[in-house]
Amino acid sequence: MNIYVLLKKTFDTEEKIVVSNGQIEDDSAEFIINPYDEYAVEEAIKQRDEHGGEVTVVTIGDEDSEKQLRTALAMGADKAVLINTEDDLEDGDQFSTAKILETYFEDKDADLILAGNVAIDEASGQVGPRLATRLGISYVTTITGLTISGDTAQIEKDVEGDVEKIECPLPLLVTCQQGLNEPRYPSLPGIMKAKKKPLAELEIDDLDLDEDDLEPKTKTLEIFMPQEKQAGRVLEGEPDAQVKELVSLLKNEAKVL
Amino acid sequence: MSEKILVIGESRDGVLRNVSFEAIAAAKKIKPDSEIVGVLFGAKDLQEQGEEMIKYGADRVVAVKHDKLDVYTSEGYGQAAMSVIKEENPYGIVMGHTAIGKDLTPKLASKLESGLISDATDVELDGDKAVFTRPIYSGKAFEKKMITSGIVFATIRPNNIPPLERDDARSGNVDLKEMDITDIRTIIKDVIRKASEGVDLSEANVVIAGGRGVKSAEGFQPLYELAEVLGGAVGASRGACDADYCDYSLQIGQTGKVVTPDLYIAVGISGAIQHLAGMSNSKVIVAINKDPEANIFNVADYGIVGDLFEIVPMLIEEIKQLQ
Repeated sequence: MNIYVLLKKTFDTEEKIVVSNGQIEDDSAEFIINPYDEYAVEEAIKQRDEHGGEVTVVTIGDEDSEKQLRTALAMGADKAVLINTEDDLEDGDQFSTAKILETYFEDKDADLILAGNVAIDEASGQVGPRLATRLGISYVTTITGLTISGDTAQIEKDVEGDVEKIECPLPLLVTCQQGLNEPRYPSLPGIMKAKKKPLAELEIDDLDLDEDDLEPKTKTLEIFMPQEKQAGRVLEGEPDAQVKELVSLLKNEAKVL
Repeated sequence: MSEKILVIGESRDGVLRNVSFEAIAAAKKIKPDSEIVGVLFGAKDLQEQGEEMIKYGADRVVAVKHDKLDVYTSEGYGQAAMSVIKEENPYGIVMGHTAIGKDLTPKLASKLESGLISDATDVELDGDKAVFTRPIYSGKAFEKKMITSGIVFATIRPNNIPPLERDDARSGNVDLKEMDITDIRTIIKDVIRKASEGVDLSEANVVIAGGRGVKSAEGFQPLYELAEVLGGAVGASRGACDADYCDYSLQIGQTGKVVTPDLYIAVGISGAIQHLAGMSNSKVIVAINKDPEANIFNVADYGIVGDLFEIVPMLIEEIKQLQ
């Protein structure tokens, strides 16, 4: 099977976000594979081990994105592709990203494309469904189970807590939800092997695209921090007195009861 | 003729979800003088749902009726939606940022080659341009964003933009359409109901969330009771989900759901930064924890240091008395 994973690097979830000059400060931030994309990498490896074929991990990013690609290779992916837009694209949005990926995937004959349900930074969840639509293949989002036999996938999809059982033919794009699997940690031999696995680097020029084709349809005007929450009151006294006071405060001061 | 904004409504068990009405209010903010056209897809109850949308501010409703639209598939709804969009040629489209909204809108945006602003929590006007506020980094920061060309297309987060007041005197046309729906490749074989009856977590006005301190699946029982008394929903921290006290679908945090209820009660939750990202924009936060140093107290409006197994039952009784 010809399996692809769409991967994005994101801030480590431990990171505090700092805004300076209207931009998110990222100089000293630790980056990780977007946690939802880790489920996609794990699932791709599992499906390959069961059905044979190859797993290619694709990211759009800058030269630092190589680190996350190597991690995916160390987990067990076979090949990686970095589409480096650092020098060519000043701004992009989900339209631009999907367009780049569409062009990349045009001649790839993918059987299965896996992505995260959302990236934990921008959290739009648009790119997977947009790409599948452009490629004319089916997609199922927020999956928690995947079994493939022949050309058919049996899928479990999380729908706000309910589970839908879906049958769908390949080729197919899925986005992965928590609960799908338990992503493995790269092993030491895996890390050693990953250094020698192929990692190709492309620029948008290699895809016969230029900046005009990728003109975003949206624009960010401002980035700001939410109002700092003031630490509130910790109540005192006997437990039953505290509970009475809490209910009274919720009713009369906060007016939420 | 005024420009149109399409509001795609969504129902659950035959009843329109509240976010559909919030989307009408958002559409009014995007372009106050626009004609609001409600759009519905389904196999039944469309006339009633259409009339509801009109009472909440839609001027008229277009409903596509087909057996294949009884359950959501991106292909079925996608075809129906594209047909309505082509016919109406709207200025804007608004839908709730729900499971269906998240799944359907990128498909439509891709077909329309348009931008799409997902998960907006507010809309304001800058001149005649709509500017959307949306959380990024799970609410650790926010951005203001606009569409620069094409259809003004957005999904809105439930529970943030108040719906317009219901007006029973309003009337308008509900146009029931039939059309061919073909080529559905994703077949829904079965739906297993796991979500608790009643209020959906992302739409709930009150959320009671439990963490590792709850200690077991049984330990969540009092939380469910409290949620019932308050008409709320139960959520959980990652710790509680990892320990198998509850299903991952209840997880609140940077991975998991982001919620902004009026009242959030954190029970036995320490308050890791990833959890805070998912709930710290709630309007009022209450923390109940036996550890006075727990990080959750730093974002709580009201805190009780104590044994949750003692406090929560008392709280249930006290609120029952109030009611």
